[in-house]
This record gives sequence, structure tokens and C-alpha cells, in this order.
Amino acid sequence: MTTAMASSDTIPRKAKVGSLERQRRWALGGSYAALSVFVVIFLVPPFYMIVTSLKSSAEISAQQGSPWIPQNPTLDNFIYLATNAQFQRYFLNSVWVTGLVVILSMTIAILAAFSLSRMGFKGSQVISTGVFLTYLVPPSLLFIPLFQIVGALGLINNTWVLVLLFPTLAVPFCTWLMIGYFSSIPKELDEAALIDGANYLQILLKVFIPVAMPGIIAATIFAFTVGWGAFLYPLAYLYSADQAVLTVGIVRELIRGDVFAWGTIMAACVMAAAPPILIYTFLMDYYVAGLTAGATKG
Amino acid sequence: MHHLIEEARLANGRTIAIGMGTEASAASRRAGSLKKLARRRSTTALLLCAPLIVLIVGLKLYPTFYAIFLSMLDRKMEHFVGLDNFAFLLTRHSFQLVIFQSCLFAITAVVMKALIGFIVAHLMHNIRGRNQRIWRGLLLVPWVIPLALSTLTWWWLFDPSYSALNWTLNWLGFESIPFLGTTWNARIAVIAVNVWFGAPFFMIMYLAALKSVPEQLYEAAAIDGATAWQKLRFITLPMMRNIILITMLYSLIVTFADFDIVRILTNGGPQDSTHLFATYAFNVGIESGNIPRGASVSLFMFPVLATLAFFVLRDVLKRSREVST
Amino acid sequence: MAQVTLRKVVKKYDEVLAVRGIDLDIVDKEFIVLVGPSGCGKSTTLRMIAGLEEISDGDIAIGGDVVNDVPPKDRDIAMVFQNYALYPHMNVYENMSFGLKLKRTPKDEIERRVKQAAQILDITELLDRKPKQLSGGQRQRVAMGRAIVRDPKVFLFDEPLSNLDAKLRVQMRTEIKKVHQKVRTTTVYVTHDQVEAMTLADRVVVMNAGLIEQVGSPNDLYHSPATKFVAGFIGSPAMNFIACRVEQAAGALRLRLSDTLSFPVPADRTTRYTPHVGKPNLLLGLRPEHIIETRPHIEPNQHDFEILIDVVEPMGMETLVYFTIEGTEVCGRVNPNAGATAEKPMKLRADLSNMHLIDDSTGKVL
Repeated sequence: MTTAMASSDTIPRKAKVGSLERQRRWALGGSYAALSVFVVIFLVPPFYMIVTSLKSSAEISAQQGSPWIPQNPTLDNFIYLATNAQFQRYFLNSVWVTGLVVILSMTIAILAAFSLSRMGFKGSQVISTGVFLTYLVPPSLLFIPLFQIVGALGLINNTWVLVLLFPTLAVPFCTWLMIGYFSSIPKELDEAALIDGANYLQILLKVFIPVAMPGIIAATIFAFTVGWGAFLYPLAYLYSADQAVLTVGIVRELIRGDVFAWGTIMAACVMAAAPPILIYTFLMDYYVAGLTAGATKG
Repeated sequence: MHHLIEEARLANGRTIAIGMGTEASAASRRAGSLKKLARRRSTTALLLCAPLIVLIVGLKLYPTFYAIFLSMLDRKMEHFVGLDNFAFLLTRHSFQLVIFQSCLFAITAVVMKALIGFIVAHLMHNIRGRNQRIWRGLLLVPWVIPLALSTLTWWWLFDPSYSALNWTLNWLGFESIPFLGTTWNARIAVIAVNVWFGAPFFMIMYLAALKSVPEQLYEAAAIDGATAWQKLRFITLPMMRNIILITMLYSLIVTFADFDIVRILTNGGPQDSTHLFATYAFNVGIESGNIPRGASVSLFMFPVLATLAFFVLRDVLKRSREVST
Repeated sequence: MAQVTLRKVVKKYDEVLAVRGIDLDIVDKEFIVLVGPSGCGKSTTLRMIAGLEEISDGDIAIGGDVVNDVPPKDRDIAMVFQNYALYPHMNVYENMSFGLKLKRTPKDEIERRVKQAAQILDITELLDRKPKQLSGGQRQRVAMGRAIVRDPKVFLFDEPLSNLDAKLRVQMRTEIKKVHQKVRTTTVYVTHDQVEAMTLADRVVVMNAGLIEQVGSPNDLYHSPATKFVAGFIGSPAMNFIACRVEQAAGALRLRLSDTLSFPVPADRTTRYTPHVGKPNLLLGLRPEHIIETRPHIEPNQHDFEILIDVVEPMGMETLVYFTIEGTEVCGRVNPNAGATAEKPMKLRADLSNMHLIDDSTGKVL
């Protein structure tokens, strides 16, 4: 016998206990409200940075009305910086130093990661662990002995010292990141390539790098961010304006005595922060992937 | 021409020869060249690692040991004075303040960052889909701006005469606060900036970990009768325990050794109350020119960092072993 | 009393209707199985009974009380998930006692119930192990143990055997049936495997595209399917559907399958099928076990025909033969010694006493 239909059309109801739907909507609304508070707190400084950069020195010192809104917004600060030879020098130095450092760091990291993840040889585990360990050694421990070493190499007050030192900041983490990505490439791909007649260099260039490209992008972004924003090493080893990079240049040179040209300083900060922010805006997913590699890959 | 003749032992104990003729010679040639390839492989492998090893040994390991050596010299770096530098530092009030402040700074900041990161990650987790990306993008901004530059902005926000924060306080009817003027205000300000900068990192890590907890566990708990708090206590926290610990340990290392914020905001003041090991070492070593003493200051960090690093390493290795089994 | 009633239940995701209005009465102590292809809405229906999904429209009642707005923990149900959903950081004992602990049940009561359930499922030695130390079958049993301990009104199973290998699946199927016989709790079981449905259920609910196609005992569904979908879904290998026409010739009805192939309609169906003479879009539904090899003694309603065999699949106990009628592939089950050979003609026998005539435009069995 096959039946499916009911005898009655509706079921007598008990009183409603509490709508699940309403509870859920409350929770969501509350989340949005709380998150908005956090967003405001997190974004106040960058917002204020931009606002100040649009003010003239006169307006800043006059202190009329709300400091949160520029009364007579002006681009003068930006124009001044863009045409200022010293600022241009800072910017250029940052650009070429970071560029070289990124290329150098990624090359070292990729070669080492390829070797450590694929060509298992005696001691590769030790080296991998060692790499991770050195990532935990902070620059503030090393900058004093390095001062002596750098001095002995005659590189004090020479921008090239950064090209030598910045890779130490980026390479350990980038290597560790790349080892993770390379290890997750199935060995069958290597074997297929070997059968196709490729040697190891070709396997690296034609198989590993394309397949691990998301990891490479994430690591490159990391190396760039670290190099561009580094402050301690440049502060310790570079003294003249023409050798300085953006971070030290802005902090040290633009603040002369008691005359704070804050509009200009903030404008300089906006321009100096622009490249990392731009990269972040367009490549946010890779940025986050680089950060969370630790959380998901262990 | 090689002939590879193998012997096979039959069930009754007789041995017969299995000659493989030309196949054997090809096989042995292949075996020989494979061995050569294997040897070449490990040398190539080491060569590929060489730049990394040189970099690490030369610019991280060697300086560490050199620092130990340096710390035991006198100011002119001519005589060996053993542990005098360390002893001297421990007698100085300003250095005692450094120890206190570094610990206070690191522990308070990390706990706050973990809490805020955890809360925000949970809030983010409630928002599904594309909207979550937008919020995440906005909330990560403090981490993306170079720290030196955002610290400058904070300094401007704290400025004694022009502070926009004080303007807002006044506008709401409150008194102005000298953010960097008094000892404790300065300490709080410095911690606040570090928390502002670091909380997004915690948020991102915790959000990733939250996402990795299977939804079905929560459903099973809902059926078992768990309230939201109980779900947090019995499922979320235990599952996230590893990530929470590792992130905090790692952040302790980095925060303990922080330089940028204190240097730019207060340079240790007022009256050495906000100095961290890094900034004090910079003052003593590079600005005052006493390299050995500066090295000793830095080295004080070493035991703490080493202990923390040990725990981080142990946990990471344990987890990578778990993943591979 | 633990009956479950569904009235005009609808589930909407944005604009998509996953469940399009179903009515169902599940009797106390019954083992009912919801079966259907992926996306038919069976899991969604189960989750609405559990309270893990909001009900868009309609009512669900457990034990006579409407539970639409009642949270899962107050519905007095227990659920076994496809992925077991065991708490990885707790051992088996803690997994099974978690719900009771939350209700602040006294410790000795918890221990009694856990030990009892563990005995029924034969997992007493596993009580202090963690899930990752257990095999798939053991984890499944712990998941069931967790459900039994709650002593609920209704058990809900969401494709619990899908993650097990074939042999283990058969084993666990029997276990589940034994547990139901011992514990006698109303059970709603969801699966996509019609063999599981047929072997486990008191009644089977066949679902398709958010609607119920048919509800009935396994035998009823097998022998008297109401729609083409049910006829083709139940039974393996599936029922053959061959396009046909009903002809009238000299006062008797014939089924014409092709220019060269036609069979007389069984006498007891003549009155039933007469209205459909000449209708287009008709299908003959015939199960493979009713297409056999020729035997010495022929029964009424059995008719022989010769056809070219395309493919032969020896299954050991029987041999499956595949041939084509007017472009449709047809399957028959013959004795392994009947001499079936690929690409050779063979004489076969069709037993029409269990035939079905289907209107393809409506999908209904006539």
C-alpha cells in the first residue's frame, strides 16, 4: 500500500518559543555594528594622515575649527615634495634598494626551497629547521655587531649596505613559505617532466615556478613590504640625506629642530605608504595567503 | 662490456645463473650513470642552498656570536672585561626600567592583540561571502602601512599642542590628555600603537583558524544542547589552541624586540620610562658610541627570545609531524 | 509517542526552491528512508527536521508538537552525520557524554548510559581512545553511540555510510538494522543508495527535485512503482524503458516495439490498457530479470524473440546481456551457461506478467 497524504491539513500549534530567524538577524546586526567601531578605530590614523597632507602649514598652525576636515584643501605639499630633489632621492633610493632586495631574496629563497623540498639530502631537515629558527632572530639583536661588521666592510653611510642586509629580513620567511608551496606540488609532476626529458633546472623553471606562482607572489609581496618599510637598519647605518631611504629620510630629515612642517611630513608619508597600499589593494588575496601560511600549513 | 650475471637460489638449494646478456650491460651502465647523477644531485642541491647558508651564517649566526664577544670588551674595545658590562647595566636604574618596560610592553600588548584579534575574527566569521572580503580588507590596513610612517601619524595625533584627539575630547567636554607627557600615559600610548598595528595580524590568523573548524562540529554541538558560550569553550578554543599559542609566542618575540614605535614616539622618554631593549641599545651603542655596552643590552634579550623560540619551534615541528602521519 | 509529521514543507534558498512542498507522516518506531539523487532535497528535509535549517514554509511536528521555531537541542532528536562530526580533542567517552554533561546529568547516570550504549554497539574497549585512533567503521559506531546515549524521540541519519568502503558499508548496514531492532526509536535515514533504502527501511520515500515521488514499503516500490522515476531508480540493474505503441488487432492488444518485434499484452491488462491504444510517447517498463534465456517449459505471458547481443557481462551468478531495440539499449539477465556471446544473435524470453506501461509525457505508470 502506498500512501503519502495526511488526513488533516494543519497541525494544532503550540505557542512560539522564540524565532530563530529573529535571533540570527540580531546577531548579524550586532556584528556589523561592532565591526564598524573597529573599522573606525583602525582607519583613523590613515584617514588623518591624508587629511593633514591636504592642509597648508598656515592652516595647521591656525588651528581653526575641526582638525578632522581640511578647511582649504590644497595639493601644495604633494607638489612641493614631488619637485624636491631630496625627497626624490629618498624615493628613488627606496625603489632601487627594494627592487634589488626583492630579486635577490626571491632568487636565494626559491633556489634553496627547491633544493630543500625536493632534493632530500642529508642535513636538509636540519637546514630547514635552522632557516625557520633564524626567522625568529630579530634585527634589534643583531644591529650592534653588524655595525662593526658593516664598518669593517667600509659600507657605513652607503645605501648598498641595505642591499646586503635586507635579504636577511626576508629570506628566512620567504624560503619557509616556498618550501611549503613546493612540498605541496605532487611528485608525479616531477616524474612526468623527467619522462618528458627535462633536467632539474627546466623542472624548476617550467613546472615548479608556474605551479607555485601564488606562493611566489605572496613571498615577493612579503619581501617588498619588509624592505620598503624597514627602519632600524637604515637609521643605524645611513647618515647623509643622499644615502637615505624613505622611512629614515622622512623621520629624520624633514623634522628640523622645532619647525614641524606637518602637512609636508604627512604628505610624504602618504606618498611613501602608497606603494605598499597599492600592492595590497590589488593583490590582497596573495598578501593574506602569505600571512596565513603559518595557520593553515603548520 | 660488462656482463651482469645473477645467481638465483632455487627451492632445492641449487643455484643457477641468470645471464642477462646485453640487457645486463645496459642495466649496469644505467646503474653507474644513475649513481653519478645521484652524487651530482646532492652537490647541486647543496650548491642551490649555498647562498642561503652563506647569508644566514654570515649575517645572522656570526653576528650573534660576535655580539657575545663584543659585549665582553671595554668601551675602547681593547681589553677583555668579562661580564662587567652586564653587571654595570643591572645596577643602573635606567636599565632596570628597561627590563620592566620591555616585559610590561610585550606581555600587555600581546594579550590585548590576541583578545582583540580573537573578537574581531569571530565578528568577521559571522559575515558570509563577498562582504567579508571588504571588511577584511579595511581591517588589515594598519598592518600594511609601514610602521615608521603610521607611528609618525600617531605622534602627530598625540602632539601636545595640536592633537586632534585632544580637540575631540575637548569638543565632547573632556580635559586634554598629555599623551606622551607623563610616564604612564606614554607607556599606555606606546602599547596602544603597538596593539593598533598588530591586532589585524592576529585577526587574520585567527580567522583562518576559525574557518578550518568544520561546521558540522558546531551542528553536532547544537544538537547536543550547547549554548554559544559552551560552543566557544568546548569546541572553538580547544580546536584553535595551537594557533592561538603559536601566534602569541611569535608575537611575543617580535614585540619584545620592537624598535620603531618607541624610537619615534618617545625615544625612551619621559625620563627613560618607555625604553625597550632595542631603543636603549641604540642609544647606548650607536648614539653614545659604547658598542660593547650596547651589545650587552641587546644580549639581555637573548635568553627570553631563545626560550620563546624553543617553544615555537617545538610546536611547529610537532604539527608538521602530525600532518605528515 | 514519537511520530514525525511534515505538512506542506518548503525550503527556499534565495530564489531556488530546494524542497517544494512535501507532506509526510512518519509513524512511531518506524524506520523510514529518504532516498533520491543528489540535489533532490532529502538532506535539506532531514536538516529541517533537525532544526539545522530554517523552514521557509509549512510545519514540522515531532511527537505532536510543532517544532518550527524550536532550537535543535530542544527537539529531543539525535543526529548521525556523514562525516561523523566527532569532537577530535575528546576521547570516545567524552564524545558520547558531551550532551549529557551540558544538561548537567549526574555523573553516575552518564556513566550508566554511556556504558549501555557502548555495549549495544560493541565499542566498550574504545572508550578512552581519540577519534583519530579509530577506523572508519569504529568512528561511525561512536557517532551512533553518541546518538543512542541521548535517548531521543527520533534518530536522524545523514548518509552515514557514504564514506565507508563497499564491504564495510554492507557490514554497517546490518549493524544499523540490529540497533534499530534493539532500541526501537523512530528513525529517519537519508541515502542516495537505493540498495541501502531497500534493505533498511520499513517504508521508503523516493524524492526527486524537491518533491516526493512515492512513499511505500520496499516491495511496493519495487513491484508497483507509481512513476517512471521511481521505476527507474529502484532496482539494479535499472529497469529497461523501451518505446512502444499499443495496437489493436483482431480484438486483442499488442505491444509493438519495432517493425519486427511485438508482444501480445497479458490478458489481465487488456481492459486497463485499451484506453491507451494508439497513444504516442508510451514506454514499456521491463526489469532485466524479466528478460531471460529460453527454457524448456514456457509460462503464460512469456514470449521468445531473437536479437543480436552487443555486450556480455559475466557476473558469476548470472550473465548480463545488452542489446539494442530501435536505438535503446536493453539489459537482460541470463543463466551463465546459456551461451550468450557478444555480437552473436541469441534467443531470449520476455516475461510480461510483471510489465509496466508508462506514459513518458507525464512520467506516470499506467
